[in-house]
Amino acid sequence: MLKDITIGQYFPGDSVVHKLDARFKLLITAIFIVMLFSADTFPGLGIALVFFVISFIASRLSPKLMIKSMKPIIPVIIITSILNIFFIEGVPLISIYKFRLTDNGLRTSGFMIVRLIALICGSSLLTYTTSPIVLTDAIEQILRPLTKIKFPAHELAMMMTIALRFIPTLLEETDKIMSAQKARGAELDSGPFLQRAKALIPILIPLFVSSFRRAEELALAMECRCYNGGEGRTKLKTLVSGGKDYLALSISILFLCAVMVIDMGRLGVA
Amino acid sequence: MIRTEKLTYTYSQGTPFEKTAVDNVDLHIEEGAFVGIIGHTGSGKSTLIQHLNGLIKPTSGKVYIDGEDIHGKNVKLRDIRFKVGLVFQYPEYQIFEETVSKDIAFGPKNMGLSEEEINTRVREAAAMVGVGEELLDRSPFELSGGQKRRVAIAGVMAMRPKVLILDEPTAGLDPKGREVILDQIKEYHQRSHTTVLLVSHSMEDVARFAEKILVMNKGKVFCYDTPPNVFTRADEIASIGLSVPQVTKVFGLLRSKGIDIRQDVYTVDFAMKTIKEYLEQKGR
Repeated sequence: MLKDITIGQYFPGDSVVHKLDARFKLLITAIFIVMLFSADTFPGLGIALVFFVISFIASRLSPKLMIKSMKPIIPVIIITSILNIFFIEGVPLISIYKFRLTDNGLRTSGFMIVRLIALICGSSLLTYTTSPIVLTDAIEQILRPLTKIKFPAHELAMMMTIALRFIPTLLEETDKIMSAQKARGAELDSGPFLQRAKALIPILIPLFVSSFRRAEELALAMECRCYNGGEGRTKLKTLVSGGKDYLALSISILFLCAVMVIDMGRLGVA
Repeated sequence: MIRTEKLTYTYSQGTPFEKTAVDNVDLHIEEGAFVGIIGHTGSGKSTLIQHLNGLIKPTSGKVYIDGEDIHGKNVKLRDIRFKVGLVFQYPEYQIFEETVSKDIAFGPKNMGLSEEEINTRVREAAAMVGVGEELLDRSPFELSGGQKRRVAIAGVMAMRPKVLILDEPTAGLDPKGREVILDQIKEYHQRSHTTVLLVSHSMEDVARFAEKILVMNKGKVFCYDTPPNVFTRADEIASIGLSVPQVTKVFGLLRSKGIDIRQDVYTVDFAMKTIKEYLEQKGR
């Protein structure tokens, strides 16, 4: 059950998308998100989607994987779309009791669903094709100028690296502790809500204890290797950008412009 | 008591990481037996024992406890877990209560026993593993590693399971701590007349205590027999990468040097007796 989580998982490969410089990928993802939110019409959104589909095909990932990554957010999508359908004013199409289904509501919620799905897919594409270590490296480098105003870029990146590194470890640990408590007759998945919440205590306390223990051990191990922060620290693998990175960035900026032009045009007419 | 039929378990079925951890295992463990389970890391021993109390559902095959299919229609898995107590590897990491006695009481409490009954069982189990009365009201997190481990084992013993399974109960302990825990488990077995399954890396430990040894290799049962019968196959056991006890090795070497001495020696005491007999015979 816990093993089914795919968010933030990296699938190694050697496609064009995999090989792009992580800093550029991060930037391009940001541009894609801007595209999604600056698009106000379906044609605008369509262009953003075309951009996503092209990058997805270039990444040579299986569509199954994308669908799997959508699973956890399905409830969110359903709830927001239902709220949108019924609570946005417009020309009523059908009305049941106090609830009215309006054309505007239908349109907005349809728009929201596509936008949300595209958002998740786009960011999943980034994490699926970039190893977490490289990604945090890229974040650190992008944020580095901010160190001038005392922003802890290196510390932030290190924290993210460690957190990402320990997700699988902690999941495994949780699985083990759950099994151990089940072996002692703990009931985790039945009973009324309060009882189920209480049943979490035997899982959470050992998990906290072991996290603290791990943190201490890790801190000690890092100190033993003379870790003293980002100052003067060199990298084993430095990020290199080349022609294809600039090309990819230019393409995404072009797409962004296209989206903006279409939607600005609409604004101008209105 | 415990019977498995064509038990097979495959991890991550349908993905590139697919791996058969337990492969077609037919097993019959008699009531009251002390069985040592031995095998390499990844030989499937931990996966196998988690099937015996229903924590893992087999991909195919059946598990019977007391003749009852544990994944049958009218069987509550929770009842099976009270019947088949499982102590995991590094069990001290499952401790969570404020006091030692409360932690040992977690299992019995889940069984829905009366307060008095719980109390007796906690005391009994604590005494069994040598956790003194004075420790019962202390926080388990203040105890030493070895003490914590024994508290965790007591937590399972207090459920008075008909079968007690321990997965590497001595891992990471110093020689003295190992000795103490193994002796306590042996004593528990003798006193309670229950079935005990002890998973271990160490042939030495298993050879000394177990009445029968189950050797696992690559998810399959390599052999399941009494220690003398198992250790006469010392060469085969070595060929699957497991070591036989040191004394057995010594006796193998003696035999290869042309000394006609028996092969099924696996404890130091018995080795002494055998050598003595041999020398006396030769002296005659």
